[in-house]
Amino acid sequence: MDCYTANWNPLGESAFYRKYELYSMDWDLKEELRDYLVAAAPYGGPIALLRNPWQKEKAASIRPVLEIYSASGMPLASLLWKSGPVVSLGWSAEEELLCVQEDGVVLVYGLHGDFRRHFSMGNEVLQNRVLDARIFHTEFGSGVAILTGAHRFTLSANVGDLKLRRMPEVPGLQSAPSCWTILCQDRVAQILLAVGPDLYLLDHAACSAVTPPGLAPGVSSFLQMAVSFTYRHLALFTDTGCIWMGTASLKEKLCEFNCNIRAPPKQMVWCSRPRSKERAVVVAWERRLMVVGDAPESIQYKQLTIQVLLDRLVLRRLYPLAIQICEYLRLPEVQGVSRILAHWACYKVQQKDVSDEDVARAINQKLGDTPGVSYSDIAARAYGCGRTELAIKLLEYEPRSGEQVPLLLKMKRSKLALSKAIESGDTDLVFTVLLHLKNELNRGDFFMTLRNQPMALSLYRQFCKHQELETLKDLYNQDDNHQELGSFHIRASYAEERIEGRVAALQTAADAFYKAKNEFAAKATEDQMRLLRLQRRLEEELGRQFLDLSLHDTVTTLILDGHNKRAEQLARDFRIPDKRLWWLKLTALADLEDWEELEKFSKSKKSPIGYLPFVEICMKQHNKYEAKKYASRVGPEQKVKALLLVGDVAQAADVAIERRNEAELSLVLSHCTGATDGATADKIQRARAQAQKK
Amino acid sequence: MSFPHRPDAPELPDFSMLKRLARDQLIYLLEQLPGRKDLFIEADLMSPLDRIANVSILKQHEVDKLYKVENRPALSSSEQLCFLVRPRIKNVRYIASLVNADKLAGRTRKYKVIFSPQKFYACEMVLEEEGIFGDVSCDEWAFSLLPLDVDLLSMELPEFFRDYFLEGDQRWINTVAQALHLLSTLYGPFPNCYGIGRCAKMSYELWRKLEEEEDGETKGRRPEIGHIFLLDRDVDFVTALCSQVVYEGLVDDTFRIKCGSVDFGPEITSSDKSLKVLLNAEDKVFSEIRNEHFSNVFGFLSQKARNLQAQYDRRRGMDIKQMKNFVSQELKGLKQEHRLLSLHIGACESIMKKKTKQDFQELIKTEHALLEGFRVRESTSYIEEHIDRQVSPIESLRLMCLLSITENGLIPKDYRSLKTQYLQSYGPEHLLTFSNLRRAGLLTEQAPGDTLTAVESRVSKLVTDKAAGKITDAFSSLAKRSNFRAISKKLNLIPRVDGEYDLKVPRDMAYVFSGAYVPLSCRVIEQVLERRSWQGLDEVLRLLNCSELAFADVAKEDKASSESLRLILVVFLGGCTFSEISALRFLGREKGYRFIFLTTAVTNSARLLEAMSEVKA
Repeated sequence: MDCYTANWNPLGESAFYRKYELYSMDWDLKEELRDYLVAAAPYGGPIALLRNPWQKEKAASIRPVLEIYSASGMPLASLLWKSGPVVSLGWSAEEELLCVQEDGVVLVYGLHGDFRRHFSMGNEVLQNRVLDARIFHTEFGSGVAILTGAHRFTLSANVGDLKLRRMPEVPGLQSAPSCWTILCQDRVAQILLAVGPDLYLLDHAACSAVTPPGLAPGVSSFLQMAVSFTYRHLALFTDTGCIWMGTASLKEKLCEFNCNIRAPPKQMVWCSRPRSKERAVVVAWERRLMVVGDAPESIQYKQLTIQVLLDRLVLRRLYPLAIQICEYLRLPEVQGVSRILAHWACYKVQQKDVSDEDVARAINQKLGDTPGVSYSDIAARAYGCGRTELAIKLLEYEPRSGEQVPLLLKMKRSKLALSKAIESGDTDLVFTVLLHLKNELNRGDFFMTLRNQPMALSLYRQFCKHQELETLKDLYNQDDNHQELGSFHIRASYAEERIEGRVAALQTAADAFYKAKNEFAAKATEDQMRLLRLQRRLEEELGRQFLDLSLHDTVTTLILDGHNKRAEQLARDFRIPDKRLWWLKLTALADLEDWEELEKFSKSKKSPIGYLPFVEICMKQHNKYEAKKYASRVGPEQKVKALLLVGDVAQAADVAIERRNEAELSLVLSHCTGATDGATADKIQRARAQAQKK
Repeated sequence: MSFPHRPDAPELPDFSMLKRLARDQLIYLLEQLPGRKDLFIEADLMSPLDRIANVSILKQHEVDKLYKVENRPALSSSEQLCFLVRPRIKNVRYIASLVNADKLAGRTRKYKVIFSPQKFYACEMVLEEEGIFGDVSCDEWAFSLLPLDVDLLSMELPEFFRDYFLEGDQRWINTVAQALHLLSTLYGPFPNCYGIGRCAKMSYELWRKLEEEEDGETKGRRPEIGHIFLLDRDVDFVTALCSQVVYEGLVDDTFRIKCGSVDFGPEITSSDKSLKVLLNAEDKVFSEIRNEHFSNVFGFLSQKARNLQAQYDRRRGMDIKQMKNFVSQELKGLKQEHRLLSLHIGACESIMKKKTKQDFQELIKTEHALLEGFRVRESTSYIEEHIDRQVSPIESLRLMCLLSITENGLIPKDYRSLKTQYLQSYGPEHLLTFSNLRRAGLLTEQAPGDTLTAVESRVSKLVTDKAAGKITDAFSSLAKRSNFRAISKKLNLIPRVDGEYDLKVPRDMAYVFSGAYVPLSCRVIEQVLERRSWQGLDEVLRLLNCSELAFADVAKEDKASSESLRLILVVFLGGCTFSEISALRFLGREKGYRFIFLTTAVTNSARLLEAMSEVKA
């Protein structure tokens, strides 16, 4: 215990430090690190090394090796670099290695050296080559900034959602800036660069000159600059040996220190002691290290959340450890164990030496129906590895049929996708699949597929009704659905302006109805054609509108206009039943108030509808006098009603009593209202009483 | 008189929250298009919108002018146009024509389309086909439940009926499932679920899936509503086709209640203006008569008027202080009551003018005969006479359908002759109407084998194993028979009445049809709730062609409070009538339940048949 402080050394006057080895690097490097491009991922992540043969021009023919080590130097991957010359390496926040090539192509590798994808930084970069490149991290993701041979900057703030931004020109920039860095302010990535004694800030719209407040005069060049991890602070190293520290907004100076060294430092970075909240800049030269501190900072960020930690374990394929952590922390299944298992399954499908059956079974055994596991995501991964059959097997385990659809479509299993979409009950999904199928299949096959899926068929028909009428017709044709074809042509006839067109469409409809063995509809349609032709003739001859009237209304109009002969003819031609004709004439003549003609008509033969309707209609026209004429002719069954209609309550009572009809008696009684009917009411009551006695 | 709720009746949940949610979402959507803008509203959405956000709220969110979406060029000069429409292709094409006209004129404006209650892929596709997908932004206003009254929620989707039951289009099922999901998130899970019908089953299953995907949200909550019952309109067409005789139904049949309010014309308001009147529980006069048989209403109203007069008369003999009290506290209420009373008396008079004539009596008599299956020939001639006299086309169609359903289809001779008569009378275009009605099962022809019905039902009674059931199912799929007579007997829908049925003191739900008929839909609901299952209703289900389409998912142990277990949400897919609502309100009072109604739209016979009619465009 007494030598507790033995290994502490003094640092300056008030601080002590000690140095001890945590672990030794396991790697076995053949050459010095200075010959490598090096990139270490944040938070103790992996380290990537690429021997840099492109530095020396002669060695360009040798293919270098890209090596990835864990933070402790355990080899993770090693692969022969077969692509073009690399300018810069860097790790994304998701621990993907970004290799920026001279031609502006960025290749993306996983932790285990697996190639993921590549993208280009654009044509301008390709033409002018990459002079320098930086990979940077913001809260939105990892970005790439490039300085081209033409001294222009291009950047993408998030390589996950690639949007290239070419920055404006820096006026008068003839050579590369002495140093530059990326700043991130108000969610926008900017570039700070130094040209001689001047500093410029570039955002996507403008280039503006900036001055650090309180910087000692005499600076003719900036040799190094460094921005803190959170983009809050900035340090500048000048050719006067001065280290300026301030806010990255360049609005405030924190401190300034002259170290009296004018040589450009190899490296300058911000660091902080975890607990003290103190910030400092570390500057390194070939044989010297300097720590410059500033005032304490009050904000401490917790960057590495538990989710990120788990992600990192998953990336390192340490699934059991990750699961143990989840269980220990009692994370909800969906966020914890399920997610890890899903990742494991995605890894599992990449094992090409295991058969589809075995992989599918193994995955299902482990995952079962754990909540939050998406079998369709795993299947998508399998398909991504070229294992379509495995993907289909895995999809079978997906309980939500809707989730299966997008992948099935991608795999060109559209018919299966259609059944799954229908199963999901989501009509939008069904419709999406239908449009896929329509493009994929020829028309005949497409229709056949629809035929077996009534739900999809109705949906598509509804769409066609509004948007593709011809297709609708083809659909009915394909199914030999003559009934619907008939209806289709009838609807089409309404759209025809000219009568010939209408008749022609109706003829087609009638033919279809015959084929459908719907003789009624066929005959009705032919009648309609006949009526149309006739109406047109009437229009020509009589000079008034008849088209689109019903048969009944056509005849009524003729009568109202006094063309009785024509009306009779029409009624015969279309075999209008007697009863209808009598109603029709009765109503029309009463409307005309042609009482004479009405009486003549009533006597033309025995009325098939009786005479009560005459009474009713006359009363509707408020002609009691005429109504009474007909009331006398009403048969005994309806006599009471007729008499009541014309208001003859007393006589109605007499008839009802005579007929000894209880219902009629009640009816008359209910009409006995005013004082005048008092006697009649008594009479009925007496008759009733008498009837009961008997 | 009227329906006071039992003292032990459970409290209804507060549905005004749905309105607030819809309003907030609409405002949010409007703010997504900052600055002044003109708003184009589809006609069908105007009344529902009015119940959610009035013009001044819209103005507050920088809506300048309001236009109705109709087929003509827009006169708007605003730089920003916002469209609020149902997701119909017709609407999208209209919008496309506006945008393309602007393009031709070299004009650039901002366009935003808000689809309610959701957007459909087909609509976006049409935007793309019309070449304007990039020019407009699309949004959804998930406004699917409008509380029309304290116990009535409407989706205001009248097209649901035709889309699903005629065209077989299932697009709205998702909307229904979403609406149910919203209700369960707001008012807790439903521990007991029942349903009958294909659409009910699909909606239920889709809703369940939604709940599973978002599990955890509702699990911990205490249920507020103990039961939910889903019912397809095609399980019971008969009730919807009958003439309504309870006051609210009669007002709907006569004046058409639209989105919870009715336009009373000058003959009712006894002024020179029409008046839009909200009809709901807040109208104290209306709430006392809405469920009453019409024959009682006038008497009730006159009694009420006399009482009111007496209250006014109390003024005489008051001293100054009492008078001051009277004026400041009572007078306003009395005046309000007076206003409402005179409106309803006016409405009553107008209805009586139309309905108490002999015609209406005869009509009701015929309907009852059809329901009971008596005097079929006489009824057929009655319908013929209707057609010959050109009584309204919808009215004739209604009777034809009622005859068809109650008789298992028309006999071939009548089927043909009635249709011929109809086409001659009302116009040949109705050939398509008949084709629609046949497809929907509303107006059919008796199949030649149908005389076997009696034998077949006897056989199925003897053989109850599944195989036999399958055979009959296969049979019925050929021609889905309505089997109304047999169902009516099984469920005792036509009450035996000795003497007069006292409509003042109803004894069962039949009172809503003058004591002649218990609504089939309501009887089914009553039976299932009593049993808490479909047990013992196998034969009924078979007759309804719903053997495979009925479900009951009942909680094993009731975590729900006894209060919530007496709250029942009934979901009518395809619409419900005010008569059904009144009947169930009556049942609720008898049993100590309270019913809450959710319907795709409030319907009646005319709306139902208009949805089936083909009119020349």
